Amino acid sequence: MSKQKDNTLNSQADDSDNEQHDTVDAPVLFYNDIVIEHFTNPHNVGELLPDETDGFALVGDPTCGDQMKLWIKVEDNTITDIRFKSFGCPGAIATSSMATDLAIGRTLEDAASLTDDDVIKALGGIPENKRHCSLLGITALQQAINDCLLKRMIEPE
Amino acid sequence: MIYLDHNATTPVSNEVLQAMMPFFQESFGNASSFYKPARSARAAIADARNTVAECIHASPGEIIFTGSGTEADNLCLRGVARAFYGREIHIITSSIEHHAILNTCRDLEEQGVRITRLPADACGRVDPDTVLKNITDNTVLISIMYANNETGVIQPIEAVSEIARKKGILFHTDAVQAFGKIPVSVEDLGVDLMTICAHKIYGPKGAGALYVRKGTAIAPVITGGMHEMGMRAGTENVPAVIGFAKAAETAVASLDETSVKVGLLRDSLENRIKETIDRVIIHGSEARRIPNTASISFAAIDGESILLHLDLREICASTGSACATGSSEPSHVLRAMGVSPIDAASTIRFSLGRSNTSEEIDVTVKALQEIAGRLRSISSIHNH
Repeated sequence: MSKQKDNTLNSQADDSDNEQHDTVDAPVLFYNDIVIEHFTNPHNVGELLPDETDGFALVGDPTCGDQMKLWIKVEDNTITDIRFKSFGCPGAIATSSMATDLAIGRTLEDAASLTDDDVIKALGGIPENKRHCSLLGITALQQAINDCLLKRMIEPE
Repeated sequence: MIYLDHNATTPVSNEVLQAMMPFFQESFGNASSFYKPARSARAAIADARNTVAECIHASPGEIIFTGSGTEADNLCLRGVARAFYGREIHIITSSIEHHAILNTCRDLEEQGVRITRLPADACGRVDPDTVLKNITDNTVLISIMYANNETGVIQPIEAVSEIARKKGILFHTDAVQAFGKIPVSVEDLGVDLMTICAHKIYGPKGAGALYVRKGTAIAPVITGGMHEMGMRAGTENVPAVIGFAKAAETAVASLDETSVKVGLLRDSLENRIKETIDRVIIHGSEARRIPNTASISFAAIDGESILLHLDLREICASTGSACATGSSEPSHVLRAMGVSPIDAASTIRFSLGRSNTSEEIDVTVKALQEIAGRLRSISSIHNH
């Protein structure tokens, strides 16, 4: 189809989002209680000291929205501690909190397979226009895991 | 609940509600009809037109009631463009206007109208010299808002209107945020067109007006019957028009008293935030501002996160108007002033009203101290 401007009603909605979102049935208009609880009392907030840190990630760009830092500690291939800090909207803070909850105690491979849909499902849905925020925590987690794997690759056995 | 979002909307006051009530069931007639219940509606609209005209020092025949401030802005821009149809048209506006102006200008641009958007300085003001420099032979209209909705900064309307008059160009101001908060006289301002609306001054939603100076070249946008002197077809929303007039009359009559009271509260809010929370910026504080508006950025914290914490404490405020659409675009007004994207994203607008109290300001300042501490402790860009 040509990229010509579509002047029909609802064309904007169609343009902005063609993905199928089957995680939630009805459109979510505001943050639910689970999201608000994770926002007001986020889990795993803080930083790990350099000698406790096996993987680190800095994602997002504060000049165009949210930014997040995430630290992981790994023992026996399992994430045993995880911390984050975030400059972001309630959606970014709550999804980061939930992403760290889901990751802790998992093996690196298992944690790396987590998706933003897993985070959204665990939170019972987030407003449609906040879906992009949910990517931040997962992206940071995956990058911190990669950081950890790369370090291992470089270090001698 | 502590309501600090009066630039978004205000509750309908009791006196306005009482004035509106008879026009739902008693004098319900179509103001264009022949019989008595219609004649009383017709007479009430005429009275309302007189009242609103008096409030802004205009003549009744220069007031066109519309369904909103946005509609009045549309009527002005599209109506003037239509009146000059067939000519090359250039319109000058600013980059800090409300979306009712900006998005309508963008639409006109797609239809071939040339648009110039003037920048604002760091204080949030449009420089009248830039207006002069950008005038061309094709310039037919200049539209600069009176007071900005986000910062409250008052624009140099008299200076721009002098330029417009000398050059023989029509001048419109969107005075939606100024009306009822500072004196607004079309004679003193020297404007040809002006937008005002009801729901920012304790009137109902769905009522606005465009002042059109007698003899101004403008064509209707909504066509149909001969309502509103043929300039805005559609059966009049009689209760809303009556409520608008009552709200305007009340706001203008008590303007000095209310604005001083509200201004003292606003200043107290700003001063106490500055004194007790570090790294805050008050946008536009160097400029003349309407007395109810405070635009404050809290470094290293996202505005929406502050808003939700305030909301959980039943305190209502807002971020830049862009966020209402759910986009995470930082406010175009603050960006136009050269505010960094991070500081723009960290900004909360408090807009006070006549019912606010100093106790409410106390509670709000205390809440903000706690919220700022909490969010900064988890912020990835806050340096301890």
